Amino acid sequence: MISSLWTLAPAPPVPPGPMPAEGFKAPSSQDFDIPPIFEGVPALEWIDKPVIQLIFSAVLIYVFFALATRRTALVPGRLQFAAERFEGMVRESIARDNIGPDFRKYVPFLVTLFAFLLVNNLFGVIPMIQFPTFSHPGMAYALAILTWFIYNIVGIRKQGFGGYVRLMTWPPGVPVAVRFILTPIEFLSNFILRPITLSFRLFGNMFAGHLLLLVFIFGAEYMLTVADSILLKVMSPFAAIMAIVFTVFEAFIQLIQAYIFTILTASYIGASLADEH
Amino acid sequence: MNVVGYGLSAIGPGIGVGIVFAAFINGVARQPEARGQLQSIAFIGFALSEALAILGLVLAFALQ
Repeated sequence: MISSLWTLAPAPPVPPGPMPAEGFKAPSSQDFDIPPIFEGVPALEWIDKPVIQLIFSAVLIYVFFALATRRTALVPGRLQFAAERFEGMVRESIARDNIGPDFRKYVPFLVTLFAFLLVNNLFGVIPMIQFPTFSHPGMAYALAILTWFIYNIVGIRKQGFGGYVRLMTWPPGVPVAVRFILTPIEFLSNFILRPITLSFRLFGNMFAGHLLLLVFIFGAEYMLTVADSILLKVMSPFAAIMAIVFTVFEAFIQLIQAYIFTILTASYIGASLADEH
Repeated sequence: MNVVGYGLSAIGPGIGVGIVFAAFINGVARQPEARGQLQSIAFIGFALSEALAILGLVLAFALQ
């Protein structure tokens, strides 16, 4: 049976009456089903918290870069310096190292992608928001499909359709007998598994990290307020401290995942552009 | 059972990620100026070997 993680089915009905106090219910994927904001209005039901976060992050990034580049000066101000460092980091360490000589065309896309991923992931640890947008798989699928289209179209433009398929599935210098196995594997890995792993990696990391924080925080709350044992009450602050420690760790993971998504996108584009040799 | 399956699926990627970063540290120790190039390669290798564990995690929640 496929759980609500994939189909977003409504949560099972809660029996009426006060919740029974016994037993700790561990957080599950049900905790990620956030009800829509405009409940009952069919035209607006698609608007829920992650959608608002996506729009908010786009506005935030636009405002930041618009403010930073409004008055560009030779000696940059603080905001311009931050934006230039960000752009320069993506250009030097992600685009140039992975794409090759004509990397300049792809820098704007990569900078936007990295900023978008970073802001949306960090929403997971920012107080009052505290929900990583990409812990809903649909959002991650959309970005992975965007990347899939971009690296395929870029490759087809550069190599031609036949040349591109040949580059992707026909590695040079391999004996003919091996090709019967190698070509299907290459096809599967380059055209089908790339977007799947790209989206699952982002979604899985955000989902698991958020779930981990939920376990610590709900656990601490349960041990302090509901559990009868004095031993559990004493242990509760340690769970709360672990929650804080793992929040910092999560921020690091979120940064790393945004970086990895961008760097893999760059390396896929680079592989599509590679000359045969 | 799902969680046991996830634990099993995390063994291989755990070893793989360890090997990737061990090689990265070795490389930087031998040639510190190559750090920038090695870093992006190391993270790509880390991401690729980690994918298996993430697939296990997703399947642990998806199949019940």
